[in-house]
Amino acid sequence: MHGFANPARFLRFARWLTPLLALTGLVLAGGALVWGLLYAPAEGKQGETVRMLYLHVPAAWLGMAGWMGIAAASLTELVWRHPLAGIAARATAVPGATFTAICLVTGSLWGRPAWGTWWVWDGRLTSMLVLLFLYFGYIALAAAADEDGQGASGGAARIPAIFGLVGAVNIPIIHYSVLWWNTQHQTPSISMGKSAMASDFLVPLLVAALGFSLLMGGVVLMRMRAILANAQAEARLRRKAMSASDATEPA
Amino acid sequence: MREVMDPWPFVIAVYVIGVGGTLLLTGLSWLAMRRAEARRDHVRGRESGR
Repeated sequence: MHGFANPARFLRFARWLTPLLALTGLVLAGGALVWGLLYAPAEGKQGETVRMLYLHVPAAWLGMAGWMGIAAASLTELVWRHPLAGIAARATAVPGATFTAICLVTGSLWGRPAWGTWWVWDGRLTSMLVLLFLYFGYIALAAAADEDGQGASGGAARIPAIFGLVGAVNIPIIHYSVLWWNTQHQTPSISMGKSAMASDFLVPLLVAALGFSLLMGGVVLMRMRAILANAQAEARLRRKAMSASDATEPA
Repeated sequence: MREVMDPWPFVIAVYVIGVGGTLLLTGLSWLAMRRAEARRDHVRGRESGR
């Protein structure tokens, strides 16, 4: 990983990987959604509402995966001072928050016909809402640290990194909420290596999850490249301004 | 007794919001990247053109 600590090396790698991930992700996710909407069967108990699964579940996974990415990058930033780790964490925050918001809105839309209500304050829904607020907090803290003028690698950058690590405590709470508490939300249908779901539903769901994951990878790379390019432009402008003021100073 | 609802408006709303949100996120991220890289190249070009 330390090989990518050099921004020039990272950019060489990211230039071809960004469109590859984004385009493959768009094709796979789009194909899986068409499959789920038009060709997958309706489910015995839930009927046509099961088609929401192919968007709601990948969005929920990516909302949680985004925060795990922030936590891993924050740990790397704090322990190894990897210069790109803070940039990776910042670049993950907005996509993670977007997928968490999509998960909450689509879940609410699923809840109305399935449970007869738009919202219940149960463990799963509430912990997912807390995750969205954690993302908002992280985005605000990162913006404030960047305004401090030290960018993603200065001393103030450690505050969002610590917040990113502490906020990770919410991820197991989200995952186990349906097992620890009596919730309206169903228990997991898929766990490591086994699934209670028929392949008619499982295969398009996994294709959608893969497609959205690749797309999120592409989006994170786009945002990392934007942060890096802005930082490089700012650094050059600062150097130029300093050399101009040195030249005008009287000897 | 719970009212029986037509599920399709909810299914379509989920797809519109999910697909729309994802495309908006991707498009805005792409634009931000292109703008930032064009700005960096512009600053570099001005420096090397001096």
